[in-house]
Amino acid sequence: MKTVFAQSRPNRQGVMPARPASSKFSGVTAAMFLPEELLRKTPPALPQLAELDVVRHFTGLSRLNYSVDGNFYPLGSCTMKYNPKFAEVAAALPGFTAAHPLLAQLPGGEDMVQGSLEVIWETEKLLCELNGMDAFTLQPMAGAQGELTGALLIAAYHKAKNNKKTKIICPDSAHGTNPASAALAGYEVINLKSRDDGLVDPDALAELLDDEVAALMMTCPNTLGLFEKHLPALVQKLRAVDALLYYDGANLNAIMGRMRVGDVGFDVVHLNLHKTMSTPHGGGGPGSGPVGVSARLTPFLPGPRVVKNTGSADSTFALNYDLPQSIGQVTPFYGHFGVYIKALAYLLRLGGEGLSRASDYAVLNANYMRKRLENHLAVPYSDLCMHEFAASATAYEASGVRALDIAKALLDKGYHAPTIYFPLIVKECLMFEPTETESKETLDRFCDDLLNILEQARKDPDALHAAPVSLPVRRLDETRAAREMVLSDEL
Amino acid sequence: MPYIPHNDEETSEMLKVVGVKSLDDLFAYIPKEMRPKSFDLPSGLTEYETATRLAGLAASNCLPGASFAGAGFYDHVIPAAVDALTSRGEFLTAYTPYQAEAAQGTLQAIFEYQTIVCRLLDMDIANASVYDGGSAVFEAAMMAVRATRRNRLLVDAALNPLYRKMLFTLTANLELEIQIIEQQNGLTDKAKLLAELDANGDKIAAVVLQNPTFFGNVQDYSDVFAKAKSKGALSILSVYPVMQAILKTPREMGADIAVADGQSLGQPLNFGGPYLGMMACTKELVRQIPGRIVGRTNDLEGKTGYVLTLQAREQHIRRAKATSNICSNQALCALRALAHLCLLGPKGLTAAAERSLELAHFAAKRICSLPGVSLLNQAPFGNEFAVRLPKQATQVVASALEQGILPGVPLGRWYPDMDSVLLIACTEKNSEEQIDALVQVLGESI
Repeated sequence: MKTVFAQSRPNRQGVMPARPASSKFSGVTAAMFLPEELLRKTPPALPQLAELDVVRHFTGLSRLNYSVDGNFYPLGSCTMKYNPKFAEVAAALPGFTAAHPLLAQLPGGEDMVQGSLEVIWETEKLLCELNGMDAFTLQPMAGAQGELTGALLIAAYHKAKNNKKTKIICPDSAHGTNPASAALAGYEVINLKSRDDGLVDPDALAELLDDEVAALMMTCPNTLGLFEKHLPALVQKLRAVDALLYYDGANLNAIMGRMRVGDVGFDVVHLNLHKTMSTPHGGGGPGSGPVGVSARLTPFLPGPRVVKNTGSADSTFALNYDLPQSIGQVTPFYGHFGVYIKALAYLLRLGGEGLSRASDYAVLNANYMRKRLENHLAVPYSDLCMHEFAASATAYEASGVRALDIAKALLDKGYHAPTIYFPLIVKECLMFEPTETESKETLDRFCDDLLNILEQARKDPDALHAAPVSLPVRRLDETRAAREMVLSDEL
Repeated sequence: MPYIPHNDEETSEMLKVVGVKSLDDLFAYIPKEMRPKSFDLPSGLTEYETATRLAGLAASNCLPGASFAGAGFYDHVIPAAVDALTSRGEFLTAYTPYQAEAAQGTLQAIFEYQTIVCRLLDMDIANASVYDGGSAVFEAAMMAVRATRRNRLLVDAALNPLYRKMLFTLTANLELEIQIIEQQNGLTDKAKLLAELDANGDKIAAVVLQNPTFFGNVQDYSDVFAKAKSKGALSILSVYPVMQAILKTPREMGADIAVADGQSLGQPLNFGGPYLGMMACTKELVRQIPGRIVGRTNDLEGKTGYVLTLQAREQHIRRAKATSNICSNQALCALRALAHLCLLGPKGLTAAAERSLELAHFAAKRICSLPGVSLLNQAPFGNEFAVRLPKQATQVVASALEQGILPGVPLGRWYPDMDSVLLIACTEKNSEEQIDALVQVLGESI
């Protein structure tokens, strides 16, 4: 499609936000109030379009996308479940969207945003019970910021105890954000090699542990979709050197109602509400990455914190700034309110039983798919997986077919591809996460189509190299993109 | 169960294929001692019940009828088409465009967003956005630290105090030295900045300033940025995107990195988020800019297409050595900002800026005619200005709120010598009648 800039025509106008001609100030310009040397020389070259031009353009762009609303999207590690529509409607209520965040911080203003403060308080409370944590903060604006917040909390804890800690351990199967976040919090990152069965190895951990280790960051199930059954042993070893255990909540969709991270010894957890709590991914954001902590870390949480005053007949909600040990603020206000309100909608709608069922069926769907595919794609780890599984396409390498080719062929069939080449420890990895909201016939149809593709991989590999052929574009030249660096439209 | 399509027969069939008897058996290997100690969550609700509950919460907010609060976050007009277009499921429920061929809509939109940011901020390179204006300031500072291999930042006290707080929190464990240059009556202490650059410029990674300042004053920092450049330090300017329609650009002043909170471009205030952090820089810094970037290329038939590019900087490749830990962008917010700017065009954005400006000047004139009220300083201002009141600003705000008017933001919390200072902002959404009411309520409460 032509870019929006290429469609611009001189003096075409969409929406005027103000009507200067009707006011008694008509005809004013910035130059009447500001000296010329403070003004820009030429107006910005924004496109000039009619409203219908803009509507057609973006409607056209939207049609070029695969989405959960339109396509099965079994992208491993991303939990692409259905995002309920009613949550969008609730989040768009003007009573919520029109609130200036500073209003809550003004004298008398707290009373005017009781509903918003209750949203925060209740979301935190529900997340605490779901995960067995002492307290949650909704401030972190995405999972990676949650990780950084968690690492900063770990640092604050050790600092308060005068512990000299310099290292954080991350398993080799971890998301790349884990080591990046730990480094940003000032830690040296130590890589922990997984065992042959894909699990964290307590013995290997023991070898790396010393008094300078601040924490181990891990997820359970891990990025291979495997339950870390050695967890109690790991906790014991970490406690012995006063190291904390961090939980990457990317995979929470596997265990709701079956295990609570707080109960098994995790001290810090970040969640990805855009995964487990079904807030839409939006093409890559905005996310929301709340962080939960055990009681020994609660004093260090970012502020202000929403508290409930239960003195009078009607309970009221207020902001507490009296947090002497707090790490500070990782967001200007209270995080992505417009996102986590959708998570609250989801939590209330499903309730405890519904959440637990969501995990049950996420795990059932993943195992069903694994079973249907395992004779054709190697599943290097596991007997039972959790909500996702990693398969390897190395068997097709001989015929010149790679995981990438299989992914592209799936696009031609109308499916989004699974995650490929992650986790890094599985060769030619294809990672599938169907989620609980997909029906048996969708999974069956997908598996049938995938098996046909694998059949084709043996018989006619060149056809797969050509895929995709039915999408708006064929395979794109990424090398050229990186070399030429055309990162914006020319004027 | 909500959103789970399986009926009992299907569930049984599937369990059979998996080779287990029940759903519980799928979790049999979780040892007893690792099971939940409690799971006391409320029972589920119907869609209608949940919606009613949330509508009740929204209704228990009683927001002021008129607001003059800004402080970096502004209530501008948002065309209806912004919501209509960006709520399309094809945008809303897609993920990060990892499979480019199936995500050309999101990718082209990000490419167009990068273009429009470059044009608005007058810079060469923009990324696909970061979380918000504060994280953009932080990421820009980190860019400068990497690019200069220096660890000292000079930060103006007229930079939004919320961003300064974030900067301190986010860099707490990095060996950085952040020196705040105190303001005087809300004005950047340029003499001190220049003197500091003269004395220690070769140790400084970047100067960090804001235009208009947190106090609303419109400034030209060309002299500071020129001095920084002569010392090998970078210049970071945080701006207000709507005002950027009319104000001297970061490039015209000589900035190396421009950042902004994109909230004022099509994002509701939403009690603090989600917004988006806009980031742009000169082409010399392209390898240092963090986050996602989309590039134009072609497919194997020569057709134009878009991909995520320069990923070698990012965490999923470089892990602990990445330019940033960021793993998302504010894609939907960036799409909103793009659609918003396309709908308004250059004339619409200028109209919003100029109308906001004239209402603010009209309001300032009238408010300063009240006894004992004066502007904090005499420097030019845009759509926001600070006034000194004859009493505590928090008291004035409290009485105005009782009458349903949010008259501005008191500054004493962030600036200890400013207990009586109120920061007042106007946008094109304010009316002259609202300003009349503001003047009246201020007159009554001082």
